[in-house]
Amino acid sequence: MQILEQVKQTILTPFAMQEKDIDQVMDSMLSATVDEADIYFQSSHFESWVLEGGIVKEGSYSIEQGAGVRVVSGEKTGFAYSDKVELSILLAAAKNVKAIARQGQNAQRKVIDNKLRTEYYPAVNPLKSLADQEKIALLRKVDIETRKLDSRIEEVIISLVGVYEQILLANQDGSLVSDIRPLTRMSVTVILEDKGKREQGSMGGGARTDYAYFLDQNKAVAYGKEAVRQAIVNLEAVDAPAGIMTVVLGPGWPGILLHEAIGHGLEGDFNRKGTSAFAGKVGERIASELCTVVDDGTLQGRRGSLSIDDEGVPTENTVLIDKGILKGYMQDKMNARLMGVQSTGNGRRESYAHLPIPRMTNTYMLPGKDDPEDIIKSVKKGLYAKNFGGGQVDITSGKFVFSASEAYLIEDGKITRPVKGATLIGNGPDVLTKVSMVGNDLELDTGVGTCGKEGQSVPVGVGQPTIKIDGLTVGGTSV
Amino acid sequence: MQNNQEINRLKNLVQDLLDESKKQGATAAEAGLSVDHGLSVNARLGEVETIEHHCDQGLGVTVYIGKKKGSASTNDLSSDSIKQTVKAACSIAGFSNEDEFSGLPDKDRLATEFPDLDKNHPWDIDAESAIDLAIECEDVARNYHTEISNSEGAAVNSHQGISVLGNSLGFLQGYQSTRHSISCSVLGERDGDMQRDYWYSVSRNAENLETAKSIGLKAAERTINRLGAASLTTRQCPVLYSAEVASGLISSLIGAISGASLYRKSSFLLDTIDTKILPDFIHIHEQPHLKTALGSAVYDSEGVKTEVRDIITAGVLKGYVLSSYSARKLGMQSTGNADGVHNLTVDSGTNDFTAMLKQLDTGLLVTELMGQGVNRVTGDYSRGASGFWVENGQIQYPVEEITIAGNLKDMYKNIVSVGNDVDYRGNIRTGSILIEKMSIAGE
Repeated sequence: MQILEQVKQTILTPFAMQEKDIDQVMDSMLSATVDEADIYFQSSHFESWVLEGGIVKEGSYSIEQGAGVRVVSGEKTGFAYSDKVELSILLAAAKNVKAIARQGQNAQRKVIDNKLRTEYYPAVNPLKSLADQEKIALLRKVDIETRKLDSRIEEVIISLVGVYEQILLANQDGSLVSDIRPLTRMSVTVILEDKGKREQGSMGGGARTDYAYFLDQNKAVAYGKEAVRQAIVNLEAVDAPAGIMTVVLGPGWPGILLHEAIGHGLEGDFNRKGTSAFAGKVGERIASELCTVVDDGTLQGRRGSLSIDDEGVPTENTVLIDKGILKGYMQDKMNARLMGVQSTGNGRRESYAHLPIPRMTNTYMLPGKDDPEDIIKSVKKGLYAKNFGGGQVDITSGKFVFSASEAYLIEDGKITRPVKGATLIGNGPDVLTKVSMVGNDLELDTGVGTCGKEGQSVPVGVGQPTIKIDGLTVGGTSV
Repeated sequence: MQNNQEINRLKNLVQDLLDESKKQGATAAEAGLSVDHGLSVNARLGEVETIEHHCDQGLGVTVYIGKKKGSASTNDLSSDSIKQTVKAACSIAGFSNEDEFSGLPDKDRLATEFPDLDKNHPWDIDAESAIDLAIECEDVARNYHTEISNSEGAAVNSHQGISVLGNSLGFLQGYQSTRHSISCSVLGERDGDMQRDYWYSVSRNAENLETAKSIGLKAAERTINRLGAASLTTRQCPVLYSAEVASGLISSLIGAISGASLYRKSSFLLDTIDTKILPDFIHIHEQPHLKTALGSAVYDSEGVKTEVRDIITAGVLKGYVLSSYSARKLGMQSTGNADGVHNLTVDSGTNDFTAMLKQLDTGLLVTELMGQGVNRVTGDYSRGASGFWVENGQIQYPVEEITIAGNLKDMYKNIVSVGNDVDYRGNIRTGSILIEKMSIAGE
């Protein structure tokens, strides 16, 4: 309740808006044919600081606010937004979007069963959690500590980003819900030169909390160390192999495999429309029985976590694949209604100026029984991919890619030479059927993931234990 | 067509930002403001799916206190907010370090002439007509072939905006521009194999858009052509990038000769000015002043004048792509590219697409790329691809689930030919590009 009052104070008070005004806008949108209607208010404070060439070169600060008004009727959606949170403007927006629903007589409020809600992150403002001098001191310290690590370092670039977001959501049942969402991220990129050869390494992390996160256990300094280690490995990398081979993926961020290969394809909108390669496959085997995959928005403080999604629905730990069998999709309200299921709390939007759509939160595979060392030992010839950049998927054909940024050859059960980064490509609906070993070493990523869909970016998390895939195409140059 | 009253109102706000910056202690400042209105509709399976009314505005200010820099932005254009935004920028500048290279552009580089580049063509279309157009487009695609089995819909977008830029050197300019598009994406199915493809047209003037019918036809045709795709065995072979993906190759080149990559020494084309990085027949130049073109601009995001110039002449790198800051870091002058290149054009050869296929003879035609997979420091390149296998200059069958890999330095040197099938939909204008040999990974 305290959060609600605080958010109302931030978002409504400056515009002299009151709850009864929100009711008036909502009433004006409702008709007998309206299935979902909401007004989404948002206030977002963002800052970034960048250190480069040993100096804090620049910083930026931004404040954005606004409200989005949405009416859904059947499969049709009307949407308008404004950066002015004023009654007259919202009423005009409501009138515009209401045209999507066939006119009906009675304005009806629909009662929604509100599930119990738990908070998965503190209601803190990260931007205020350190004084600006302390933020700069942190960047400098990481720069100095990182540069000490290797005389071949040419450049160190460090960024620190904080977001303090407050949302207020009015639903068609007349309820008002709010959330305060902190988000921080730090990253270190280093460039090394050795005998005319250059390479880079990057590492970062973040969470839904304040900047103290980076001071804890010297995390920030560790990012620099890890970036340097990766750059050194890549300096020595030889050409990557090309062709199908056994691939062992390390724990943590390589879980981007799950995000691309199956995650997007299991989002409710694509399955409701039948455009996903996974459409109509609930109850079927789409992975080996070693694989259990969940999308979990309820992890404490994680980058992809949300106490409630952007439609006010509490997030869940949703089982997507249970021992290889497809259990269900990730849903927002509209797609859940049209498919006759419940929202799983995956309705997310980039901002008030975007429509909510089904999105992932933290997607990961549960641990198995194998010792990671045994997994490596079991491979006669293959690739061990420890770290990745980004990925992409074509949800209709099911083809997906993700690009290794740190990889090694496995020869006779041993990790031998590092190889250059290469793109791995596979087919979503069958890649997990080739998982033959799953490690006992589940790790989640360090908190840097951003997912793009239909032009909207949202923070997400991924994770997995070490896994072995019996055959994935590796896109190197060594034919 | 120019709404001078509105431009002047926004210019006054920018001037307020600059005045407020000075008042709060900034020794120099730059401010920008933009307002954008738009309509997007999407129709699917013959019915409207979404109608979105867009209305975005934002202002940003960068202040310098001596050689210290700070920036702030907001979407609240009230006078109170202007004060707060400037205060935030000044506060950040107070905490940042002196950077001898920072500051406004050199005054003599600022644009002083402002020809009309014909960028403003409002489209008088309401939601209902836009929906009709989208449905017409999608209908054509859905009725193209019995194997078209589903649809992601067709969309019509129309945006118009005003952008104003000013700085404390006395620069204060604004212009209106529009951008409209129609797109369509449909699915096909054959023997349980599903494929999807799309087509779109974009222009500042709705009259120059491809017809809804033609867009629907192309989307459907592209989807049908992909059905029955197979992988290839791992091999090396020539690769033809179709025009719509060839621009990505040129965009990687521009990234590598951009100021920020160069001064950070994170480019595979470091210190290559005046050296040969492409074959003799390649000429690449910037044409920032083309009327109505999507990438046209009289000045860049710092107010520096843009210039018609050669970047690659006979394969030799003649100029970098610089902002004022990166230019100073490199001891050079801004090239008017603080916001990237403007209508970058790769001169075409005489081959049309059919002739390019003939020149490819036997090899891979790539029509879609997936993932990032480009290391800008080393030039190492490895991306997911789909397209067609070509033999004797004839398309044989669609291919998918393969990667193509090489090193960009070699790939550039091994360009065999550039087609005249130019794709004008982006800021980089090139025809299809044939590369002598790349590594294909597949089955």
